[in-house]
Amino acid sequence: MATVDIRGVKKAYGSTQVIHGVDVDIRDGEFVVLVGPSGCGKSTLLRMIAGLENISGGEILIGNRVINEMPPKERDIAMVFQNYALYPHMTVADNMGFSLKLRKAPKSEIESRVQRAAEILNLTKLLDRYPRQLSGGQRQRVAMGRAIVRDPQVFLFDEPLSNLDAQLRVQMRTEIKELHQRLKTTTVYVTHDQIEAMTMADKIVVMHDGIVEQIGAPLDLYDRPANQFVAGFIGSPSMNFVKGKVRLGANPMLVTDSGVEVPLPDAQGLADGQKVVYGLRPEHIRLDPAGVPAQVVVTEPTGSEILVVARLGEGAAAQEITCLFRERLSFSPGETIRIAPQPGLTHLFDEATGSRL
Amino acid sequence: MANVAAAEPTHKRSFWAGIGQGRHVLGIAFMVPAAVFLLFFLTYPLGLGVWLGFTDTRIGREGVFIGLENYESLWGDSLFWLVVFNTLLYTIAASILKFGLGLWLALLLNENLPFKAFFRAVVLLPWVVPTVLSAIAFWWIFDSQYSIISWALIKMGLISAPINFLGDVTNARASVIAANVWRGIPFVAISLLAGLQTISPSLHEAATLDGATNWQRFRYITLPMLSPIIAVVMTFSVLFTFTDFQLIYVLTRGGPLNSTHLMATLSFQRAIPGGSLGEGAAIAVAMIPFLLAAILFSYFGLQRRKWQQGGAD
Repeated sequence: MATVDIRGVKKAYGSTQVIHGVDVDIRDGEFVVLVGPSGCGKSTLLRMIAGLENISGGEILIGNRVINEMPPKERDIAMVFQNYALYPHMTVADNMGFSLKLRKAPKSEIESRVQRAAEILNLTKLLDRYPRQLSGGQRQRVAMGRAIVRDPQVFLFDEPLSNLDAQLRVQMRTEIKELHQRLKTTTVYVTHDQIEAMTMADKIVVMHDGIVEQIGAPLDLYDRPANQFVAGFIGSPSMNFVKGKVRLGANPMLVTDSGVEVPLPDAQGLADGQKVVYGLRPEHIRLDPAGVPAQVVVTEPTGSEILVVARLGEGAAAQEITCLFRERLSFSPGETIRIAPQPGLTHLFDEATGSRL
Repeated sequence: MANVAAAEPTHKRSFWAGIGQGRHVLGIAFMVPAAVFLLFFLTYPLGLGVWLGFTDTRIGREGVFIGLENYESLWGDSLFWLVVFNTLLYTIAASILKFGLGLWLALLLNENLPFKAFFRAVVLLPWVVPTVLSAIAFWWIFDSQYSIISWALIKMGLISAPINFLGDVTNARASVIAANVWRGIPFVAISLLAGLQTISPSLHEAATLDGATNWQRFRYITLPMLSPIIAVVMTFSVLFTFTDFQLIYVLTRGGPLNSTHLMATLSFQRAIPGGSLGEGAAIAVAMIPFLLAAILFSYFGLQRRKWQQGGAD
């Protein structure tokens, strides 16, 4: 187990820079998730930690040792790949014991460590099988077993669940989290799925276009996103954004582009006429007879909740807003509902820079 | 189909409609051209060859069945056994060299080289040139007076007289093997390169993280994963080499002292210039057990491994 420090790390392919100076501190035993849309550089960053990509600038330290120039095998890390990368010509046991065999560990030690990992992952009955004979979830577990057997300083996961079906993904999510609680090995986990990030992480690093947008605990990111990108990326269904102008006065208001007036809870530091983006999560909207009128467009009931897409305002500038209600409600398209934000749960962003106001 | 017909006994179908409807009749009809083709161009010549081997046919004279007499005379023919030895030596030496050099070339071409596409195209050239043409080129390269190799070595001061490439028993054998290897490498290299490209790079990355050195990655990942393709490619390569005729016929015609005579060339020599069709055919038929052995070896020894079977993905 070890800390991982990423200091001003850059990556360039020729003249194209894909990672522009990333700083992340990972504490010993922490479960850190790198999350972001595809092409944001999260996998590249992980592969730099692993030693599969060169580091163009900055430093990466594992356990306070700079590993920039260290070959992968000396970094004492284990990685689980998206496609599992199991050796097809080796049995499950041989796959898991391969790294120990290369280290020339005695046979009895290999056997006992493979056995122990197999017990942790419920693979004992599959040890003699070949990867082809396993299901997706089983292969995933073997890939994790291969990492566990080595007892490394750091686990790296590169989108390990994206090849699994939805149900299995939820199940494996729990298994990985349990595994981490049991082994307490420092873990860096890459995913594009914000739900995976929210449910598993001690700390989330949101990346976008090669920079870190925000680092924080899952609920901090949810409650106080630093900018519009994080606000839109974290949370499902994603946050509503309404563009408008500030109108100061006795009751500060946001006047949307379509002319709808929404009360602003806190106008401190805002200038009259300032262009802002008003952010409101679907689950933070409630029905209120005194609220703003909106016209129902589509409803999507799921049983436990109902998703309502409603139009705010009229004409070309009208904006669609997604609302999530936990009550059993039924609306027909075209119906007018009155909605209001739950107090204290709104977000304001600068329209030009996107940062939180 | 039969049930429908039974249920509607009054329904009359024309003969041709019946054929059009019947799966079996139509299926057989579609297979007939291929079957005829195989029968005429594969089965008939092979059968004729086997039959001729049991006769004393000569050119211009119908032969009669003489049983195993041809084979009995071959059994006691020291030239025949020398030729068998030559053929085995030629096949084994050339195949090992082709495999080693071909694999090496494939591994090189699989790396990120500059002008990769160009090099891959160049490697194919020996395979593209007609064998007779390249054999004639080698004939000049191996010429006892004008050989470019001898010339270069003399100019470099390494030797004082030209090498007698095709006039000396050992030199001649080495020379024809070299020419065969040159010609056979592209097939092995390109096929193995195709196999190398099916190995997922993440397997190599995983092995690197597991602590494997380059040699260990080759030994534990590349080689085992390539083995099914190696089996197929080398089977074909052995078959081609064992039955080689053109190179020898152009370069040495079997000489000197029959040291490069192969079974194919001996068969031709006895049957056509020598006129003994029956004996020539018997020599050709004698190749079949060797070829079958090569095929069976690769089929049972090397082909589908356990890890390739079961559980479709």
